Amino acid sequence: MTMTPKLSLGPVLFFWSRETLFDFYDQAAEMPVDIIYLGETVCSKRRSLGSNDWIELASRLSEQSDKEIVLSTLALIEAESELKTLRRLCDNGRFTIEANDIGAVQILSKKGIPFVTGPSINIYNSASLDLLASKGLKRWVLPIELSKQTLGQIQKHRPEGVETEVFCYGRMPLTLSARCFTARSHNLPKDDCQYKCIDYPDGRILSTQEQQPFLALNGIQTVSAKTCNLLQEIPLLKELRVDILRISPQSLNTGKIVDAFHRALHNEETSDLGQYMPLGACNGYWHGIDGQTEFNSPH
Amino acid sequence: MELVCPAGNLPSLKSAVDNGADAVYFGLRNDTNARHFPGLNFNEKRAREGINYAKSRGKRVFMAINTYPRPEGWERWRQAVDSAASLSVDALICADIGVLDYASRAWPDLNLHLSVQASSTNYEALAFYHDAFGIKRAVLPRVLSLSQVEQVVANTPVEIEVFGFGSLCVMVEGRCILSSYVTGESPNTHGACSPAQFVEYRETPSGLESRLGGLLTDRYGKDETAGYPTICKGRFAVGDNTFYAIEEPTSLNTLALLPQLHRTGIKAIKIEGRQRTPAYVGQVTKVWREAIDCCLKNPQAFVAKSAWSDALDQVSEGTSTTLGPYYRPWQ
Repeated sequence: MTMTPKLSLGPVLFFWSRETLFDFYDQAAEMPVDIIYLGETVCSKRRSLGSNDWIELASRLSEQSDKEIVLSTLALIEAESELKTLRRLCDNGRFTIEANDIGAVQILSKKGIPFVTGPSINIYNSASLDLLASKGLKRWVLPIELSKQTLGQIQKHRPEGVETEVFCYGRMPLTLSARCFTARSHNLPKDDCQYKCIDYPDGRILSTQEQQPFLALNGIQTVSAKTCNLLQEIPLLKELRVDILRISPQSLNTGKIVDAFHRALHNEETSDLGQYMPLGACNGYWHGIDGQTEFNSPH
Repeated sequence: MELVCPAGNLPSLKSAVDNGADAVYFGLRNDTNARHFPGLNFNEKRAREGINYAKSRGKRVFMAINTYPRPEGWERWRQAVDSAASLSVDALICADIGVLDYASRAWPDLNLHLSVQASSTNYEALAFYHDAFGIKRAVLPRVLSLSQVEQVVANTPVEIEVFGFGSLCVMVEGRCILSSYVTGESPNTHGACSPAQFVEYRETPSGLESRLGGLLTDRYGKDETAGYPTICKGRFAVGDNTFYAIEEPTSLNTLALLPQLHRTGIKAIKIEGRQRTPAYVGQVTKVWREAIDCCLKNPQAFVAKSAWSDALDQVSEGTSTTLGPYYRPWQ
């Protein structure tokens, strides 16, 4: 008898306004997700919500519902001011932290606080998972480029008490840089970016010279233009004893996507998600091939 | 301030040593290192020969095992660590937490350096690797400005090495999977970005095209030199513009910043280019040796000589260079 995996809502990767974020999380409180990750993971210049706002929002959501609330940290930490924000989040005293940089792992493990690692922490093998578990890791998210085969092998030797989460839906975070590509696309330097990324709530599309949409620029982060969708893989995800399926928020229809996953988890009929993925679906990484491909496995 | 130079093969290693490198770095002939290119790197016999050559001339040798093993490859990485220990290299350059854990337990006397592929950009991250594995040195990703480098140096017991010259990764190393998004293979998993077997050039009526895994990365006009189709150096359309949306095909050259880099307190400057020819390695090493000596003698009076730049331009095939992230406006 396999357990039914839980559903999580990953941190919003894009720059949304304060009102948009509050509206989104009012709706999220009603969605059939078990875990909500909150926080700015991409750019420290984005301050529609500051760290105290995120902590307050976390408190409000945990009072409104019985969902687990986790605070997510910045993935690329370069400046002292970013370390200060990181320490403030780690010291919140109440909510679990999703560490997206090893710096966060260090701060939390030194304090003896159990933590979750996000997809940008490189855990590619059991030895890495074991070492981090000894430092207080209680849940990890499979790195984006790893396959079901790799996951299966790591799951066989998973340390006691460690939960596994898989990024199952959304534009995939592919890379980070010192440079802001959204600003660059407006011919602006990062230090004078004018917060242009607020105009692209799902990233700004980059296409090849053959008009093939390829990537989406999200400030210093680059995500896939296609949307990763593992809805069809739920039977295998269950078989591999994955504890949590992550849905990465998008500007429209996130609630409908969550509903589809919730129904599929409970063996109910689901509608096709194609209409919610403007530039198509992909699942290549899961199948051990190039990430952009949509591989239709026979069921 | 040590000069650390690339050795893709034995002639390059000798060339680096002969031209003034304080240390050289190399990798084995497999996917355990981040320059896993055909025809490159060392078997154990050649490695031993190279190590003897360098050590008998008072130079140090580092070995890179800086990719991320998946469970099916674990044995290969473990054997590579054991090889490094039996070769008595001066340091092992690693990225993966599991590999570092194994190396520090199995070979506690082996010096460990944190590879740029570990993607550690702040002193708290370095403290993790220092506390857990006793790393002696770390190579910083090419994303930090000069003042950020200084901040790291001031707050860590770990020696800091930075890139000074060579190809420029514009993304934070170790956390870029653009290559595998298109080809299925990334630096982390296979030790190569944009592997050669996925590269294709096509002559078409609208010009020469370069492709990676079938994806069009650029189209060249008659007078343009075709570049290697690394995704981050391609020309793409964003909005109404088609341009180098991520980065121009340029390389890093920090000669002009040498006194400032020195002042941050870094312990070593790294030259990129294990995939380059022995002649390239020799020429670049020679220039940097002279520049570092000049800088150490009198940092205040240091000026990058035009003869140095000319010599470097000769081997860099005239490609443009940049100060990269160290210079804030670039960001």
